[in-house]
Amino acid sequence: MTFTIQIENGTEVRNAEADSQRTLYPYVTGTSVVAIKYKDGVLMASDMGGSYGSTLRYKNIERMKAIGKHSLLGASGEISDFQEILRYLDELTLNDNMWDDGNSLGPKEVHNYLTRVMYNRRNKFNPLWNTLVLGGVKNGEKYLGMVSMIGVSFEDNHVATGFGNHLARPILRDEWREDLGFEEGVKLLEKCMRVLLYRDRSAINKLQIAKMTEEGVTVSEPYSLKTFWEFKAFTNPTVGAEGSW
Amino acid sequence: MSQSAVDVPPKGGFSFDLCKRNDMLTQKGLKAPSFLKTGTTIVGLIFKDGVILGADTRATEGPIVADKNCEKIHYMAPNIYCCGAGTAADTEAVTDMVSSQLRLHRYQTSRDSRIITALTLLKKHLFSYQGHVSAALVLGGVDITGPHLHTIYPHGSTDTLPFATMGSGSLAAMSVFEAKYKEGLTRDEGIKLVAEAICSGIFNDLGSGSNVDICVITKGNNEYLRNYMEPNPRTYVSSKGYSFTKKTEVLLTKITPLLERVEITEVGEAMEE
Repeated sequence: MTFTIQIENGTEVRNAEADSQRTLYPYVTGTSVVAIKYKDGVLMASDMGGSYGSTLRYKNIERMKAIGKHSLLGASGEISDFQEILRYLDELTLNDNMWDDGNSLGPKEVHNYLTRVMYNRRNKFNPLWNTLVLGGVKNGEKYLGMVSMIGVSFEDNHVATGFGNHLARPILRDEWREDLGFEEGVKLLEKCMRVLLYRDRSAINKLQIAKMTEEGVTVSEPYSLKTFWEFKAFTNPTVGAEGSW
Repeated sequence: MSQSAVDVPPKGGFSFDLCKRNDMLTQKGLKAPSFLKTGTTIVGLIFKDGVILGADTRATEGPIVADKNCEKIHYMAPNIYCCGAGTAADTEAVTDMVSSQLRLHRYQTSRDSRIITALTLLKKHLFSYQGHVSAALVLGGVDITGPHLHTIYPHGSTDTLPFATMGSGSLAAMSVFEAKYKEGLTRDEGIKLVAEAICSGIFNDLGSGSNVDICVITKGNNEYLRNYMEPNPRTYVSSKGYSFTKKTEVLLTKITPLLERVEITEVGEAMEE
């Protein structure tokens, strides 16, 4: 609800309180997440940076978290909204455990829950400013899906959020195969993350890769990629074009 | 209460009635529409013996494909070619203009044109129009000082790069280049990489499509490979052609000329001038 108050000089002022209850802009944001299905399950990669506008404020944010025994949630966008979503999912899993019937939420169910949450928040004009990637394996079935902040949701063999849409998707569309092994899958993800590192200004060279298989969900330790800057043309770009830049 | 939406002042001239409302809207957060990155993927890369330029062939008018097979690689000089993205009229006009300036310069100096000459002419022109000439160019060629590749932005800034992409499909093409570019590529490897980058733009960007054009420039030689690759052919063409069911029988064939053929022979005198 918004109110307008007439002040003496005639200008109208929105009720500040009403506006501060809605998300208008993101503040601390994470950049892209890339994920693929492979032979034994699902692999997901994301870096560990949290940008505050154009400053790289936080360099140790884990943007991928395990949900229950079977799924992994990766998020790009507003970090505080991601933490809120984790709280919602915590409540969900807790309620589930209280039933104590041996059943556990699989990735498909978590994805559906998240879709409903995101879409309903969007309908109230108060979105959770995230693009979420949900992956997991349950009963031998691999699952990989995505939900955006306006509630668009779908599942696919490979997904990418944020800048990854433009830079990683072409690579994945070209080189993804049904029967990728673990090493090949990691190499493919690293290829995408390297291009993102070169060309996305909010990416940092500290990433984690998560593996989801029937046995469970593991997130690797953070590590960095090798980059190559020694092109001859970079060392002296204006040779032969004096005065240019 | 006014009759029309905007009152025209009685003595003619401008009406500033909407300025206050526009100001109020911008204050409330309405952003004026920004520049559209127009539908194109253009790339260039430097290989062992020279420069390879590549472009897609789709020209769009908003959401419609206006030309399925246009030419985006423009001739500047026998040893210099330029790919253009942005408003088609602007890229055509600006490259034509600089191309003629270069030819006149060649006549005057009796030397082959250099890429930095074309670069400076283009840059000066675009800067003086403060970005209103919406031409984003990838300029490449080989001159006496070696192979060169430059990008020129609509506002007039330039970059000198070993590999470059421009247009709405530039990110898709750049991801291919960043993943696969190496120094010292051979001609065939270079052509393959450029074709791959343009295909990445064609299939992953909605503003680019149709065929791949390639231009290979080496010392003393250039090869314009128009429609080097056609990855979007018309697939559903019936091989049998059209055949209509035989419903009507032909009973009689007779040809009746409508006009009599008249032979004219030269008789009489020629016309007076």
